[in-house]
Amino acid sequence: MPDKKDDVYGDHISHKFNDELMALKSEFLEMGGMVESQVDRAITALVENDGYLADEVRATDKKVDQKEIEIDEEATLILARRQPTARDLRLVVSVIKMVSDLERVGDEAKKIAKFAIKLSEEGQAPRGYVEVRHIGNHVLSMLHDSLDAFARLDSEQALRIMKEDKRVDEEYQAATRTLLTFMMEDTRNISRCMSVMWILRALERVGDHACNIAENVIFMVKGEDVRHTPVEEAEKVVGR
Amino acid sequence: MNTMNPSISAEADMQDQGPAIPVRENNPEDTVIEEGKTVGKPFAADPKFKLRNVSVSYGKDRAIKDISLDIGRNEVISFIGPSGCGKSTFLRCLNRMNDSIDICRVTGELLLDDEDIYHSKRDVVELRARVGMVFQKPNPFPKSIYDNVAYGPRIHGLANRKSDLDDIVENSLRKAGLWDEAKDRLDSIATGMSGGQQQRLCIARAIAVSPEVILMDEPCSALDPIATARVEELIAEMSESYTIVIVTHSMQQAARVSHRTAYFHLGHLVEVNETNKVFTSPEHQLTESYITGRFG
Repeated sequence: MPDKKDDVYGDHISHKFNDELMALKSEFLEMGGMVESQVDRAITALVENDGYLADEVRATDKKVDQKEIEIDEEATLILARRQPTARDLRLVVSVIKMVSDLERVGDEAKKIAKFAIKLSEEGQAPRGYVEVRHIGNHVLSMLHDSLDAFARLDSEQALRIMKEDKRVDEEYQAATRTLLTFMMEDTRNISRCMSVMWILRALERVGDHACNIAENVIFMVKGEDVRHTPVEEAEKVVGR
Repeated sequence: MNTMNPSISAEADMQDQGPAIPVRENNPEDTVIEEGKTVGKPFAADPKFKLRNVSVSYGKDRAIKDISLDIGRNEVISFIGPSGCGKSTFLRCLNRMNDSIDICRVTGELLLDDEDIYHSKRDVVELRARVGMVFQKPNPFPKSIYDNVAYGPRIHGLANRKSDLDDIVENSLRKAGLWDEAKDRLDSIATGMSGGQQQRLCIARAIAVSPEVILMDEPCSALDPIATARVEELIAEMSESYTIVIVTHSMQQAARVSHRTAYFHLGHLVEVNETNKVFTSPEHQLTESYITGRFG
């Protein structure tokens, strides 16, 4: 747990309230670390044809789900016990929302692991994996940065992630076109390419969830909801 | 309940957006507040009370320092702040309850419907009939339930016949949500009722003289949660016909019942904003620190 003096959630009159909020924050970051590694390992399992690793990813997803339940419970108890307001309220409400984003990132990792097993069993030469690696790294760094922005309450970094999301979408479109070309070249590629497409789709969703987390961080810091608004609007909010 | 009050004006938007002097985080002792400076929306389009540059001192001590605020018609506004911040003193200026304290001096402009309430020719009894008050501790007279409610209408001569008085008593008790519980025991002594019933009786007594404004000084702090919920429900209903100013130590109560919330600190009015805004993202650092329990 971080030092209380350095934490904006650590200076209430009630020390127990400090502990509860800071515990919530660090639990969330711990879950963030878990799903980050899940996505990373799922991509590795796919690219390196590692069925064992993919199995492990699928098994670990249960722990991620468990963590979601724990954090939700903790947040609910804080609401019931403390009736938090302002900054504290925004933290608790945001965590409740972001936790389901993390859980879904976990589900996407599981999905990728499932395809990794299927593709390794088919045992054909990988095509489209370059794109998977590339987009995978991109969304992983977005996810990492969004958790970092949460930890440091950095709304500017959160804004950068929102902007990144557009680039991921473009990369996803480009990769889809490449895969379509492979499929047109040789119809025997279709089944495999469809699997890779699903994987790319899963990664693109991971980027969306990272973006959701970033939007919540801006809400936590600035008190304004920037969901479903153009990036330019969010830029104004962050600049205030 | 927390709907936006339409009476909050665009004029208020023109107020500046933040504290004038940068404040160090969470260190209220070090925070310098500029006198007479209030962030947020202190003004209303259709004010019932128009208060400008109000200061109150007890001898040499200044309890209220240059506060300007509008209280909108049919608005519920709550005053919050740490003990000794001046919120009750300020509330008591609104129907001249401070007059009874010899060393208390009120300066500035206090207008009710554009009339000066501190004018030397002002009839204070008439003012208090228009601006009623409910106190922290229920304080019924040691008389019957009926006589408690009928007291005000009698001294103000609001009813000529017994049947008129009966109507006023019934209506007031109905509005205060007490009729069903009290109708069969109107002659029994009021102090025999439960705390929550006594407080609703005091509200009935206050509304019996048809006031325009009701001031409430921590009306629920001596009540249990059920009685509190009843009084809050009543405040919501009454806001259709009255202007209500409520001082409360319960932040949740302020959040539940009021349209706007005003935060007082050491005699200053630091922030006034829509209640929704105050409790989710207050503008001033001091407001934030207080409502999140970082000092108080």
